[in-house]
Amino acid sequence: MSEPMAINGDMAIAMAWKQIDPDVVAAYPITPQTIIVEAFSDFVANGEVNTEYVCAESEHSALTICVGASAAGARVATATASAGLAFMWEMLYVTASMRMPIIMAVANRTLSGPINIHCDHSDAMGGRDSGWLQLFGENVQEAYDNTIMAFRIAEDMRVRLPIMTCLDGFIITHALERLEMLDDKTVKDFVGPFRPVRPLLDVKQPTTYGPLAMPDYYYELKYQVQASMDAALDVAKKTMDDFAKVSGRKYHLAEGYRTEDADYVMVAMGSTAGTMRYVVDQLRAQGKKVGAVKVRLFRPFPAADVAKLLEGKKAVAVMDRAMSPGTGSPLYMDVLQSISRMKDPPRVSNYVYGLGGRDLIPGQLTEVFQEIMANKGDRINFMGVRK
Amino acid sequence: MANEGSSSLPAGGMIIEAGSSKKYKTGEWRAQRPEVDKAKCTDCLTCWIYCPDNSVMVKDEKMVGFKYSHCKGCGICANQCPVKAITMKEEGVE
Ligand code: SF4
Ligand code: SF4
Repeated sequence: MSEPMAINGDMAIAMAWKQIDPDVVAAYPITPQTIIVEAFSDFVANGEVNTEYVCAESEHSALTICVGASAAGARVATATASAGLAFMWEMLYVTASMRMPIIMAVANRTLSGPINIHCDHSDAMGGRDSGWLQLFGENVQEAYDNTIMAFRIAEDMRVRLPIMTCLDGFIITHALERLEMLDDKTVKDFVGPFRPVRPLLDVKQPTTYGPLAMPDYYYELKYQVQASMDAALDVAKKTMDDFAKVSGRKYHLAEGYRTEDADYVMVAMGSTAGTMRYVVDQLRAQGKKVGAVKVRLFRPFPAADVAKLLEGKKAVAVMDRAMSPGTGSPLYMDVLQSISRMKDPPRVSNYVYGLGGRDLIPGQLTEVFQEIMANKGDRINFMGVRK
Repeated sequence: MANEGSSSLPAGGMIIEAGSSKKYKTGEWRAQRPEVDKAKCTDCLTCWIYCPDNSVMVKDEKMVGFKYSHCKGCGICANQCPVKAITMKEEGVE
């Protein structure tokens, strides 16, 4: 374990990649992910890693290069954000259906328009149905830790799917925070060597990757991704247990805070989780029975874990840093499906917030708690918008 | 109709058997059939080079006809033949 250092989230990811030393990184810079690829290309230029770094001409090309490299038998990482992730959209599905365990950092930034470079989760939500796993980090330490765990989860033979490691743009990517790095050997041992499956470069086992599948096979091949997602829940859990042994930091798919005897619970992802716990502590000091749930793994969605944390509660507020105009937002919809078979389920409300980098003030979360404790509020609420 | 279950298919639909495209009878797609007039043909083998389905048959360096099991009737050979020895005929019409 290193001395704690002050570092931003993008650098923390670049440092994690440096320790893992992937075979290939292909990327295209985009705010607020840029520091990751800039810093990592310095490591490549300085000979500090053995990685082949490919400067692509677009994000679509970057991910396509990653898929080719992965099929060839390489361990591959990339990073993007916002419009860059949207530009990869076609290839996101291809990556997952070809079962390429690529690790991609997503510096969460909103989507145009209006054009805006600041944080929300709309970009990652666009990839939510693509067959990628999605981990959300709360702070710089988690951005680093999630990255290391992601390689092991993605490359597990029962999973073999790509993972997005999401971190809030600017709030985590650019803010200096405390980071404790593991030493290089611990990281290398934890991640282990890359085990390719029928690499294209193996001429003794000729393989065609990504052929067409007609109506008689498409559904079964799509179901393979579903089956791997199911397996990934256990693999992720086990990986988090093992990570605790080497790091002393214990993570869960969904993490409850003071939920045990709570009647009112707030659910969120990313950097908001810290603000949420601060507000919970304040309200607890006033004798209010409130708690918080942070969802770390969004895909596959840990429905059973979330349901367990919400069982017997009176009301739940789901905070979404993304919106789905015309219906409830993604996290809300998943919380609802998690409790849909529950006897006497809690009253669940959706709160959209923080779009386009709008600051979240602790007092706003206090108001959300007050609203659900008073049995008020609509099913879907747009917190703080000037109507 | 296929009957393999999802779990018994290679991951991601990989094809793990070499040369399996032979089994895919693209000839079933054909709407037009190439026919060669050997009186005009100079055996230059341009058609053999251009055919995307490896369906021009060659024996002893001579062009000897088409493999209709895989010829999909694209007409590239007829288009490329420098002496116009290949004509495309409607399938099902004499
Ligand atoms: S291209 Fe024409 S002339 Fe040349 S081999 Fe083919 S049919 Fe014969
Ligand atoms: S029609 Fe097309 S597929 Fe058939 S022999 Fe000519 S080039 Fe080949």
